[in-house]
Amino acid sequence: MQPMEVAQFCSTSHVVIVAGKGGVGKTTVTAALAVTAARSGLSVLIAEVEGKSGLASAFSAPALDYDEAAIADGIRARTLTPDAALLDYLQSHGMRRISKRLASSGALDVVATAVPGMKDILVLGKVKALEEQRAADLIIVDAPAAGHAVAFLVSARGLLDAVRVGPIRKQASDVVELLTDPARCQVVLVTIPEETPVNELVDTAFAIEDRAGVALGPVVVNGCYDSLAAPVPTDAAAIGQLAGALDRFVGDREAAHLADAARFRAEREMIQIEQAERLAQLLPLPQLRLPYLFDAEIGRAELDVLADALTREIAMLPAP
Amino acid sequence: MTVEDLVRTRGVLICCGTGGVGKTTTAAVLALEGARCGRRAIVVTIDPAKRLADTLGLSSLSDVPTAIGRDRWDVDGAAPAEGHLSALMLDTKSTFDSLVRRYADTDEQAQRILENRFYRNVSGALGGTQEYMAMEKLHELHDSGDFDLIVVDTPPTRHALDFLDAPNRLLRLLDNRIFRLLMMPTRAYLRVASVAVQGFLRTIARVVGSEVIEDVVAFFRAFEGMEEGFRTRAAAVSELLADPSTGFVLITAPRRDAVEEAHFFAQRLRDHHQAVEALIVNRVHPRFGDESPEGLRARAAELRALSGAPAEAASLAAAYDNLADFHEVARRERESLTGIRELAGPGVIAFVPFLAHDVFDFGALDDIGHHLFAADDEVAEAER
Repeated sequence: MQPMEVAQFCSTSHVVIVAGKGGVGKTTVTAALAVTAARSGLSVLIAEVEGKSGLASAFSAPALDYDEAAIADGIRARTLTPDAALLDYLQSHGMRRISKRLASSGALDVVATAVPGMKDILVLGKVKALEEQRAADLIIVDAPAAGHAVAFLVSARGLLDAVRVGPIRKQASDVVELLTDPARCQVVLVTIPEETPVNELVDTAFAIEDRAGVALGPVVVNGCYDSLAAPVPTDAAAIGQLAGALDRFVGDREAAHLADAARFRAEREMIQIEQAERLAQLLPLPQLRLPYLFDAEIGRAELDVLADALTREIAMLPAP
Repeated sequence: MTVEDLVRTRGVLICCGTGGVGKTTTAAVLALEGARCGRRAIVVTIDPAKRLADTLGLSSLSDVPTAIGRDRWDVDGAAPAEGHLSALMLDTKSTFDSLVRRYADTDEQAQRILENRFYRNVSGALGGTQEYMAMEKLHELHDSGDFDLIVVDTPPTRHALDFLDAPNRLLRLLDNRIFRLLMMPTRAYLRVASVAVQGFLRTIARVVGSEVIEDVVAFFRAFEGMEEGFRTRAAAVSELLADPSTGFVLITAPRRDAVEEAHFFAQRLRDHHQAVEALIVNRVHPRFGDESPEGLRARAAELRALSGAPAEAASLAAAYDNLADFHEVARRERESLTGIRELAGPGVIAFVPFLAHDVFDFGALDDIGHHLFAADDEVAEAER
């Protein structure tokens, strides 16, 4: 079996949309994927669509803006919020003069509501424009949280039904073209190995494939406990015996702590393995497992650790 | 004040927090405890995980409260007879529909609105509609007098406090000047409307098609006369939120991003002159002693360097490494929780550990409740 090259993997499509439920580390995975791709020599652009995430702070960069900025070697980032995309669209379609007033009067909200998914279409339309300009080798979109991610991706198809004429319809059909072409766009779903997040990921995966027609890349299972280097007993007496065999003294309290911690890890690990296996059964997609980082909040050093892990996991995927 | 006191004395508890911090579970635990204290309690939830929904007897969307069998939540029969537990999963659209029916002058007016395409988009997609309908449902349940304690789980959006503004947002929409002009009889609007409005309409029609504009016009025309009802209702909802018997429970997790969001929520609540009455920190890793991770790591390294009994040494070294891992987590979590006391202000803080198992049944909800309603000294211990 030919191993997968990282650069090859990261060039599978021009756009990768990273989606997952809140709290599973979607933004962390976005950042780690960017670092991985950048290390293999690709230029990366991250688009953050909710306007507020820990992305910039993970790179120790200032808060992101609608204008792109370099946040690390080979990585640029920008926000792509619906409101800004709407104003951008109006201004570039001959409505510069009235766009501000429309926004302040609330009339824009009325129109955006009248056309469901219009804001999503404008965000994705902008992604499409960036992709066509080849703004970067890889564009990574940090998508809205899970339930909203489906609506976000389905919006283009829905809009084709709702609006029969005009530039918005054209925009929607261009977006559908982008989303349904696996060489241009794929979705990477993120979860943690726990029951509820796994269930939600499976639902989201089917909804995205059936209703949006977007290709799914590998699933990222984030926060997996690494296996310990050697087996550890989970009761205090056995810990005491180990110490005895080594002619060491371990106090009762310490033995209990060592055993309790080992038991907790073993129990969680068991759940994690079960859930990752269940996910594999429910969803026949390759999994990239990322380790749980015990020691620190996500910063640049942690992103490098995760990028190392991602690189190893990608190398284990079969080449296409 | 303890979380227990809140559950015993408040009429409404609103649970807010960012996604993935265990908001829905916490809301269920609070309502469960309310019922066990002998109150008629209900949890109003938005989008519960499937197995929790099954536990609560919410297998499908239902606009009416579903009573949960006593045998399921009060297995040992210890709860006072007055205690009742119900659950309701919010259906935004049908709540909105019934609001329209209530304030429409005639059935025909209601029907015109319900069938309008723009309305169908508004009721399903307008930012804040879900939040508004959650508050509307809260008001309705409160008004019914059927419940002593209503626990509301707020929608899992980035802007999870939008419900505070939600009633006003709808009013702003209905008040929109430009669209008020559109309520003139057909075609006349083009004559009456100012040049700017005409230009606006033509441009919009060019971009999205004229049928969209026609839908909007038809909607506002159909809505005429109903704003007053909505306005009164919005004021009543705002009043209920401001009532001293309503408490806000902020839920977070010991992660930097979740705590940042919690600070943001607390600020928004303060802006609305609401206090955080309880701050609940979920998913706190258990602590096993309080030695420094560095000391534990050093011991592991020393064991690995031993010559002789490699298997036992490797095992014991792994045990120390594992303990060090959890001490590092504890330290990181403590750091991310710095300033949490100030965030809660005079409100109560409770810590709920990350359990070794997932939470789906009443037994597991009880486990969480045990920590949530722990006596104050236990909380202080957890915080230490």
